[in-house]
Amino acid sequence: MEYLWIFTALALTVSALADRKRTLRALKISLKKFLFILPAFLEMIFLVSLALAVVPPRLLLGLLGGKGKLLGMGIAAVVGSVTVMPGFIAFPLCGILLQRGVPYMVLSAFSTTLMMVGVLSYPVERRYFGPGVTVLRNLLAFLIALAVALITGLVFGEL
Amino acid sequence: MSGWRFILFPLYGGLLLWGLLGGGGLPSETVNNFWAFSTQMAKILPCAFVLIGLFEVWVRKETVERHLGRGAGPLCYLWAVLLAATTVGGIYVALPVAHSLYRKGAKLGVIFTYVGASAICRIPMTVFEASFLGVKFTGVRFSVSLPLLILTSILLGRHLEGRGYRMPE
Repeated sequence: MEYLWIFTALALTVSALADRKRTLRALKISLKKFLFILPAFLEMIFLVSLALAVVPPRLLLGLLGGKGKLLGMGIAAVVGSVTVMPGFIAFPLCGILLQRGVPYMVLSAFSTTLMMVGVLSYPVERRYFGPGVTVLRNLLAFLIALAVALITGLVFGEL
Repeated sequence: MSGWRFILFPLYGGLLLWGLLGGGGLPSETVNNFWAFSTQMAKILPCAFVLIGLFEVWVRKETVERHLGRGAGPLCYLWAVLLAATTVGGIYVALPVAHSLYRKGAKLGVIFTYVGASAICRIPMTVFEASFLGVKFTGVRFSVSLPLLILTSILLGRHLEGRGYRMPE
C-alpha cells in the first residue's frame, strides 16, 4: 500500500513540475469526481457493515456445507452475490471449508460470485452505468460464475 | 433515489451513533465493520482519485481512442485485462477509472471487459486465492471466466451502442 502512495506522490510532483496550472486542474477533477460518488460510497459501506453484522462470515459459510452438490452450488452462488467480504476473510474460510469436505464447485460458485456479482454495490454502480445496464451486467456476471462453477466441478471430477 | 437519501441517511447515522454510544450487539458490530471498511478505503481512494485526475488532464483523447476505441484491434481487450489486473481496490476504483476511460473515447466492450476483469484477476487477490484453493482452481476460473467475459462484453457493448446508450455524466 505504501507503494501506491509513493507512486501517487511522484506522479503528482512530476506533473506539478511540468505544469502547475494543469496539475491544479487535475486535483479539482479528482475532488469533483470523489464528491460525486461519496454519498453512494458511504451508503454502500454502511449496508455492507450492517449485513456483515447481521450475518457473520462464519455463519454464512456454514450455509455452504452439507448440501447436495448442485443445490449447494445454487445456494453458494446466491450467497456470494449478495455478500461483500474482503478476500483476506473469504479465501481462508474457503480453505477451511475445503478441508471439511465442501466440494470445489460449491466454493467456486461462492468465491466467483463474491468477486463478480455485487448486489450491495448497486448504489455505486448505478451512478456510473445507470440502473438497467447495472442489472444486466451483474446478471451476465452471475451466469459466467455459474459456468465457472460447473466446469470446476467437471475438472475436479465432482460431476 | 437521491430523495430517499434524506430519509435513509439519518437512519444510517442514527444506527452508527447508537453503536458508538455503546449500543452493544448489532449496532456496535456495524460500527466496527464500518470503521474497518472506511479505513481500508481511505488508504486507497485518495491515491486512486488523484491518479484519475492526472489521467484526465495528461492523457490525450486520441491516444485512448486509438488503443481502446472503436477503431482499435482485438488487442484492446488484452490491454483492458492487463489494466484490470494491476488495478488496486476492486470495483470501487475500477468504476471511476472506467468512467474516465469512456469519456476519453474507449468503447463499451472495453469498458465492460475492464470492470469485469477487475473482479476476476486482480493480482494480489489471485495470489491469495491460489494459495488457499490451489493453482488448478484459479486456473479453471481464469480460463472459463475471461473468454466468456470478453465475449459477453463485446456483445453487450455492441447491443447498447446500437441502441444509442451513453454512460451517465
